Amino acid sequence: MSATTVFGLYAAAAVGLGLYGLIVNPHPLRKMLAFNLLGSGAFLFFGVIARRGAVLAFGSDPVPQALVITGIVVAFSATALAVALVLRLFHATGSATLRASAPETEASGRRGVGGSQA
Amino acid sequence: MNVGTAFEIALAVLVLGLGVWTIAARETSAAVVGFVGYGLLIALVWVRLDAVDVALTEAAIGGGLSGVLMLGAAARLRTTEAQAAAERPGPFTRLSAALLSAMVAGALAGAVLFLPDPPPTLAPAAAENAAATGLGNPVTNVLMAFRAMDTLLEKVVLLLALVGVWSLAPDRFFGGRPGSRHQADPRGALAFVARLLPPIGIVVGAYVFWVSADYPGGAFQGGTILAAMWLLVIMAGLADAPPICRRWLRLVLIAGPAIFLLVGLGGLWLGDAFLAYPPAYAKPIILAIEVAMMLTIAATLGLLMAGAPERSAQP
Repeated sequence: MSATTVFGLYAAAAVGLGLYGLIVNPHPLRKMLAFNLLGSGAFLFFGVIARRGAVLAFGSDPVPQALVITGIVVAFSATALAVALVLRLFHATGSATLRASAPETEASGRRGVGGSQA
Repeated sequence: MNVGTAFEIALAVLVLGLGVWTIAARETSAAVVGFVGYGLLIALVWVRLDAVDVALTEAAIGGGLSGVLMLGAAARLRTTEAQAAAERPGPFTRLSAALLSAMVAGALAGAVLFLPDPPPTLAPAAAENAAATGLGNPVTNVLMAFRAMDTLLEKVVLLLALVGVWSLAPDRFFGGRPGSRHQADPRGALAFVARLLPPIGIVVGAYVFWVSADYPGGAFQGGTILAAMWLLVIMAGLADAPPICRRWLRLVLIAGPAIFLLVGLGGLWLGDAFLAYPPAYAKPIILAIEVAMMLTIAATLGLLMAGAPERSAQP
């Protein structure tokens, strides 16, 4: 078994794991972590394909490598923006839930009606 | 099975374990710590795949900046975790999600096992045209010359993300300083490290950028190290984050993309196409773009980490 097969199979597992966490974890920060995990799996696929494409003096095809570097930067920008959005949501509503009915629940909870959620 | 393969399998299992921890840990801050370790080990995977440039980026971003960003957010959102735990979906949803994820992972694993042979590659094309720029690092060649458009747009994305973060500031604080003022014991370990490390870090950052002409490294990796040094000084309370309305700050933020764009338009006007470099001056031009870009990247990353303005400009 070569390095590309081992890490390629790992990349598949990482995508599956990230997808599961993205669906199942309700906390937005955990969703971001899961999405980053999914992304790292997708990047590794590129790495595996780059390694397989190694010819001449190159240890790995430089074009996918450059694309992955760009991808990592863009993923970080998106993460920073998402974190700022969640913090703003927390400051505005006092909770970080992503449920559509959350603000009303919050308001009615404060009036003492109770926290029933649609 | 030789030693290399055994090491790779062990590494993959370890990384997978950390990934599971990141998803399954009960507390968010514990999950983030797992994610930091994950980012560092993934960098090792990239080294094994002979992609040292990517490994440097992944260690700096995945293990470093993303981790610090998430840890800070997790600390501020600690009170929301109980509610999130109450919203955990039922067993049916979890089972369906597990099934879906397993199917996706299985399909991808199948794709890995049956990749086309011989593999498609652009390495010969990159090697053929390497002489045109005078740079020895093929990845820098691709980033700065062959696919310079991607790199230009990536800088614009960074800037747009920063505009997005800033636009989340409450109206009365717009133009003010991001985050809260950090306090640390001036005689403590953090303040000591924040005095000791930055001179070394700045040299290392500049070095990582400078050698990227011929060896792994680059403006992005170097800029990330500079940003880390800046953040260290801010976190130790030795300097305050600048108000975002400062003109010099805005100039640094647009310097990289602006010079890149000017060079691109110059190529349209004097040369053959947008971003076409005259071959005789390709290396000095690329260096000039990279110097401006490194400063822009350091400032943008530092400010992205600092977050939306939360205080007025007066200290």
